Amino acid sequence: MLTNILFHTAIAAYFVATCIFVVYLFTHNERVVKTAVGVLTAAFVLHTIVIVLRWAGAGRTPVVNMHESLLFFSWLTVALYMIMLVKFKQRVLGAFVTPFVLLLIISSSFFPKTIIPLAPVLESYWLPVHVVLAFLGNAFFAIAFFLGIMYMIQEHYLKKRKLKGLFYILPSLGVIDELNYRCLQYGFPLLTLAIITGAIWSEYALGSYWQWKPRQVWSLITWFLYAALLHGRLTAGWRGKKAALLSALAFMVLVGSFIMINVILGGAHGISLR
Amino acid sequence: MKLIIVGLNHKTAPVGVREKVSFPADGLEDSLHRLVREYGLNEGVILSTCNRVEVLALSHDEGIEKGLLQVKRFLSDSSSIPLDTLDEHLYSHCGADAVRHLFRVAAGLDSMVLGEPQILGQVKDSYASAVEADSAGVIVNKLYHKVFSVAKRIRTETKIGEAAVSISFAAVELAKKIFGDLSGKTVMLIGAGEMAELAAKHLLRGGIREIMVANRTYERALDFVKEYGGTAIMFREFPHHLKSVDIVIASTGAKNFIIREGEVRDVLKERKHRPMFFIDISVPRNVDPLVNNIDNTYVYDIDDLQGVVASNIKERSKEANDAEGIIDEEIERFYRWIKSLDVVPTIIALRNYCDGIRKAELERGLKAMNELSSKNKKILDSMTKAIVNKILHGPVSRLKKDADKIEGDTYIDTMRKLFDLDDGEEEVKKTGSAED
Repeated sequence: MLTNILFHTAIAAYFVATCIFVVYLFTHNERVVKTAVGVLTAAFVLHTIVIVLRWAGAGRTPVVNMHESLLFFSWLTVALYMIMLVKFKQRVLGAFVTPFVLLLIISSSFFPKTIIPLAPVLESYWLPVHVVLAFLGNAFFAIAFFLGIMYMIQEHYLKKRKLKGLFYILPSLGVIDELNYRCLQYGFPLLTLAIITGAIWSEYALGSYWQWKPRQVWSLITWFLYAALLHGRLTAGWRGKKAALLSALAFMVLVGSFIMINVILGGAHGISLR
Repeated sequence: MKLIIVGLNHKTAPVGVREKVSFPADGLEDSLHRLVREYGLNEGVILSTCNRVEVLALSHDEGIEKGLLQVKRFLSDSSSIPLDTLDEHLYSHCGADAVRHLFRVAAGLDSMVLGEPQILGQVKDSYASAVEADSAGVIVNKLYHKVFSVAKRIRTETKIGEAAVSISFAAVELAKKIFGDLSGKTVMLIGAGEMAELAAKHLLRGGIREIMVANRTYERALDFVKEYGGTAIMFREFPHHLKSVDIVIASTGAKNFIIREGEVRDVLKERKHRPMFFIDISVPRNVDPLVNNIDNTYVYDIDDLQGVVASNIKERSKEANDAEGIIDEEIERFYRWIKSLDVVPTIIALRNYCDGIRKAELERGLKAMNELSSKNKKILDSMTKAIVNKILHGPVSRLKKDADKIEGDTYIDTMRKLFDLDDGEEEVKKTGSAED
């Protein structure tokens, strides 16, 4: 009951923060963006409490059904943004991340919220480790995606030599490119570890490391995409627009495969969790 | 007590008038003394810059017209321009208008170049002189501290000071938007003309690491390097150095493009596609516009830069609106304080405060001695009342007597602080709005 109230309050707060961020994109007013960040922080605190309550209520990491997964992944994304906010003072990025998080948390409310017991085969310490690694990696990729979008917008202004609108509030190309690169540098090893721990977990639970399930195949495809992107950055000088575009595309593949597997094929890893 | 400001600026008076009215810095103290002593005004500040001369003074409530006239006479006397002639160039502001004007001036909103930062320093100097000359009292002190904090708030909360409004400065800002940090970046000047020199100066201030100069006359390049540091290179050698520079400023008199697309493509491959920024301030152009089509390469010619300046000015005026909003807010706060300096609410607040203590203590005492007759209770009540009144008699009559003098505000302010009377602000606000 309390969790439910907090959950809806958090959604409302994310919605308000999104609206204020949109106002900021048009007015460029520093006070507006400070307010937006304030409301976002409040939403994040509520979100955190919801997760903690859910965790305590279920007695396990709340990442078993779609509702929990979306709730947890969106939380990680905001948490990551908050860290970047403190470290790099990137307020504008919030205007891109917040609507995304709002979308995720609203989608999570469409899935059943009941706490379901975990299938005994899946019960293992590898569950939280695997899922948290995978989600954290994906959160980095999500931020990289929005940085890629920001880069493309800013690059467009500078190339067309018509300076207006977002040009004045977006960070410099150098800064966006650097942050995008860093996100990949963190996200990629996390994804790698997630695939490895997933394989180990699969060995424990199902008796084989790799079964060519759609989830496994797609994570491998994403892994190759990001590996290629990182490799290109390091050796072939893929930077700027090219890198921004590719990091955006790779994330779209990632989201697409997630939706396909979880919504259309029903259930992560092809094992019924319900 | 009312604030008045009388003055003239670049919009109302030609330079011929401004230079006559202006106050040289060394005679400022004498002028302030005269303003306060001979023209019967309380507190005064004189701001004198090449674009404006303004006198701020305090006059008695009932004598605003007289106060305005006195300041105008002061300006006319010290500039020896007859009042009739001078008057057509003067503007004047009273009360809240004057406060708003001062806030706007200090924030650069009233300046020729919107948001320019020098004026704040000049306002600070004018206040410092007033403090030195002893013509700044409690209101001026408070007002100017407010002015400085408002100007600072506007600088941090709006970007009014940021948008660049000159071509060379705009070029530097663009470079920052492309590269982020300029330290560690290298710039090459091809042609060392006046404009290129100015841009290079701005870039150096922006933190650029190295300058390379190529000029058709090698000696000119050497001269430049002597003055600003860097390396001079032979003109025909410059294409070989392109791969190691991030920013190129071209300003030669060449009739044809000296930097072409194919060439830059190769250079970019060599430098692993690290971005390059070409600033082409020459007419006819030196850099082939097709170069802009290459990824991670940006070419701005003189027209583009002019366009950037125009957008920057537009963006600044947007920021100016935000700044006006901040000013509105701060004026309200400042006036809440000014109103609190009115003598009547202060006396009421002081009486309420003391009477509150008296009542509370009396009640406690009466509870302890419950066998007291109602007659005795009445005696105690009037006795305590008399004590409070007698104690307050001195301070209250002093407040009333000096209310219109310069010390009056100090007394009221001190009284409010000593007795912590400012939680009665709601009440003050109400009386304030009733007056408006």
